[in-house]
Amino acid sequence: MTATANPTYIGSRVARKEDPRLITGEGTFTDDVMLQGMAYLTLVRSPHAHARIRRIDTEAAKKEPGVVAVLTGKDLEATGMLPVFISVPSMNGSKHMPIATDKARYAGDAVAAVVANSRDAAKRAADLIAVDYEPLPVVVDASKALEPGAPIVHEELGSNLVFTYPVKGGDIDKAFKDAEVRVSQRIVNQRLIPNAMEPRAVTAKFEAGELTLWSTTQIPHFVQLIVALNLGLGQNKVRVIAPEVGGGFGSKLQVYAEELLVGHLAKTLGRPVKWTEERREGYLATIHGRDHVSDVELAAKKDGTILGLRVRTVANVGAYLQAFAPGIPTILHVFIVPGPYRIPAFDYEMRGAYTNTTPVDAYRGAGRPEAALLVERIMDRLADEIGMDPAEVRRKNFIPSDAFPFNTISGITYDSGDYAPALDRALAMADYKGFEKRRAEAKARGNYRGIGISSYVEICGLAPSKANAALGVGWGGYESARIRVHATGAVQVFTGTSPHGQGHETSWAQIAADALGVSPNDIEVRHGDTFESPGMGVGTFGSRSLAVGGIAVHKAAEKVREKVVQIGAHLLEASPADVVVEGGKVFVKGVPEKAKSFGDISMAAYLANNLPEGMEPGLEATVYYDPPNFTFPFGTHIAEVEIDGETGAVQIVKYSACDDCGRQINPMIVEGQLHGGITQGIGQALYEGAVYDNDGQLLSGSMMEYHVPSAEDVPAFDLDNTVTLTNTNPLGVKGIGEAGTIGSTPAAVNAVIDALSPLGIKHIDMPLGSEKIWRAMRAAGEGRR
Amino acid sequence: MLGAHTVTLSVNGTSYTREIEPTLLLVEFLRETLNLTGTHVGCDTSQCGACTVLVDGRATKACTILAVQTDGAQVLTVEGLAKNGELHPIQRAFAKEHGLQCGFCTPGLMITAVDFLERNASPTDAEIRHAIEGNLCRCTGYHNIVNAIRSASAEMRQTAGARPKVAAEVTR
Repeated sequence: MTATANPTYIGSRVARKEDPRLITGEGTFTDDVMLQGMAYLTLVRSPHAHARIRRIDTEAAKKEPGVVAVLTGKDLEATGMLPVFISVPSMNGSKHMPIATDKARYAGDAVAAVVANSRDAAKRAADLIAVDYEPLPVVVDASKALEPGAPIVHEELGSNLVFTYPVKGGDIDKAFKDAEVRVSQRIVNQRLIPNAMEPRAVTAKFEAGELTLWSTTQIPHFVQLIVALNLGLGQNKVRVIAPEVGGGFGSKLQVYAEELLVGHLAKTLGRPVKWTEERREGYLATIHGRDHVSDVELAAKKDGTILGLRVRTVANVGAYLQAFAPGIPTILHVFIVPGPYRIPAFDYEMRGAYTNTTPVDAYRGAGRPEAALLVERIMDRLADEIGMDPAEVRRKNFIPSDAFPFNTISGITYDSGDYAPALDRALAMADYKGFEKRRAEAKARGNYRGIGISSYVEICGLAPSKANAALGVGWGGYESARIRVHATGAVQVFTGTSPHGQGHETSWAQIAADALGVSPNDIEVRHGDTFESPGMGVGTFGSRSLAVGGIAVHKAAEKVREKVVQIGAHLLEASPADVVVEGGKVFVKGVPEKAKSFGDISMAAYLANNLPEGMEPGLEATVYYDPPNFTFPFGTHIAEVEIDGETGAVQIVKYSACDDCGRQINPMIVEGQLHGGITQGIGQALYEGAVYDNDGQLLSGSMMEYHVPSAEDVPAFDLDNTVTLTNTNPLGVKGIGEAGTIGSTPAAVNAVIDALSPLGIKHIDMPLGSEKIWRAMRAAGEGRR
Repeated sequence: MLGAHTVTLSVNGTSYTREIEPTLLLVEFLRETLNLTGTHVGCDTSQCGACTVLVDGRATKACTILAVQTDGAQVLTVEGLAKNGELHPIQRAFAKEHGLQCGFCTPGLMITAVDFLERNASPTDAEIRHAIEGNLCRCTGYHNIVNAIRSASAEMRQTAGARPKVAAEVTR
């Protein structure tokens, strides 16, 4: 019997083990770490988007009371460069120092550092630093950055082109030659600011040759590795702790300048140092997301059959390449563009460009929302062109359920899928058939009502290490787990994943509980501390944690269980094949009254005087699990909107989604991930957008100008699911962290465009705020005022 | 130093007298002077509500008020919601309904909800959404937070009278 043959806790709505400390204020976030004698770091950031640094005068700042140190880039070169973990072919990498030395390349680029006894003193001193800048011409728009004569962000590279990434399959010229219908659309996927609710922070102390660094990170082991290498410390002398982390969404999937600086300063100043980001600072200095402009062309037959898809995109990477930035518009985007559809010919060319803007990297979905948006918009454009129902155009082109595993035209292999049932269920939830009546009723009110569909496939379970290597990812894609059963039977699970809201303590306990025949309440899951981790952890991003880290926990638990069975068989004088492990007891099948408790077995493992011949004492197992393939969750989301005919204001009146992430470990957590993801996707569709002026000043520079959705901006969500297991891993799990964000943006946009279609409107770029829609309605000659 | 001021205020029922700078924000006083780090700072601009506490019974963004302005006030933070080891209904409801994920915004949201429910015992979902629009959450999409506040309101109606108000000592 395996753990999955008779799951008890897997699939249950187990209450979260994280919650008791978080609802009482007992959780410790990085900024909550208060150390004796702590000094505070403040960074001076360039107000110019592009400027040569002629001279920095720090004399006045050094005299400010309470100042410990004032440092410029030249003083801090010992921290080394910031890392980039991915290298795609022909990539022009950028040199990225924590503090700029020659020139500032975006508004927010750090140019000097102040350490003082208090935050206020540090800020006062920072104001006294005089930087003599020579402003340079600025380029903000990625396409313009690739034109001849554009200001060059990194002169040594000779151009702003980061990479050209082509992916082709089939005969695209023939597809367009044979096409009965061609539709094309330029689609802007605007830049977003992640806005994890917890600003970034780093706290560090250096004692007895050992650096302890607390950081708001999704990848503590990468931070440990780079801090150790760059600062010249043994990896065994760098302890990185990601304590409670208040959301990440990719924005904490970095090794940031401040981590290297705080580590270096704690080491060299001999006292603890803290840096805490202010939100407005974070808008400049924490990575942004998205920022693609795509030209999409679809070739099809009049009956809706797709013949080919051609896309040309320019991705704005900002002023420097960040840790995973080269992989987001390429590996995680281009390959998944075909989505749930059978597309015979495919031709994608992605180009990346440096600009004088905040660096862009992974933001929830990371490449896949951009893929879903362009495909789902062009599917609606096709449906409109041939007068076919958008649901039927999708159904007609779905990869059939008997075609899996399916090799896509872009060159990857989908594990499993059954797309039509998810579409059907979503259509039923949305009362799709009854929609035209609701549209007519809204029209009678003077409003425009629309319904929008989005079917998606995404790529999770990052990643098989060999696939990583082939794609240019400079590290393995495994995850680690260690399970230690103490003599008393107390169980600890140590995971290499690093949750920041995803509830791994609960889900991993459920997985281990089923294998070990104990309750999740008897299992403690520990994470985010590199000194008590299994070894190397890769971390939490890309909806990978369950399909890789959860499987590592499962496999470690199976190993421990096997030893429990062996010891139990020995003590009960039975064959291991007859031993049952359940309900905290170990017994011979059919003889539960003669059970040994789980604690009897663990105690025997450590007494070690009556174990099977040749067995090692102790009861623990460590597993590094490397997945054989990615996983491919899917689903269909449907948004229904009503647009005020007077103001252009959009309200989402109904939202229905049917998602398939394979087996669910804890449906309560799955739903929560979807709710949050859908809201972020709706945020992009309707509200959010980073706006720069031509001088590279971020106009949407705080939460006052950048619209993070509030409770009044989104509806309640109707969720359903199908379960299509994957064969990629033994639990059949796929991942759910980003699905909501991927599915929701196109659904909301398609709904708005559908509402406005009676006015002849074919497309409007996001965010679809009331002013933009009001102007579009006016331009269409139908605005009523 | 701009000159120290002496303030005396009650936080979670305990009286504190401290010498502080007049520029010190209430949230800094709570977090750094009293080490009550359950109240969080999420923005500089009073948008996010992570720092919400009760000041004399009223939900207040503690990043927007100076500590000296609360001289003589009764302040309640997330650390004071549970009484004698028993969780407040809003705390139980947030856990039961999965109304939190990373938990960073949660203290502020619970405090806002407590103030709101003491003024509106039987809110509609639309009223709940309006009441919390000054508290941003990036994880939950608010769906389960609305469920949690509705669930807490039901429990609080059933036990009204038996349960002391969290800020019972406070006169509004």
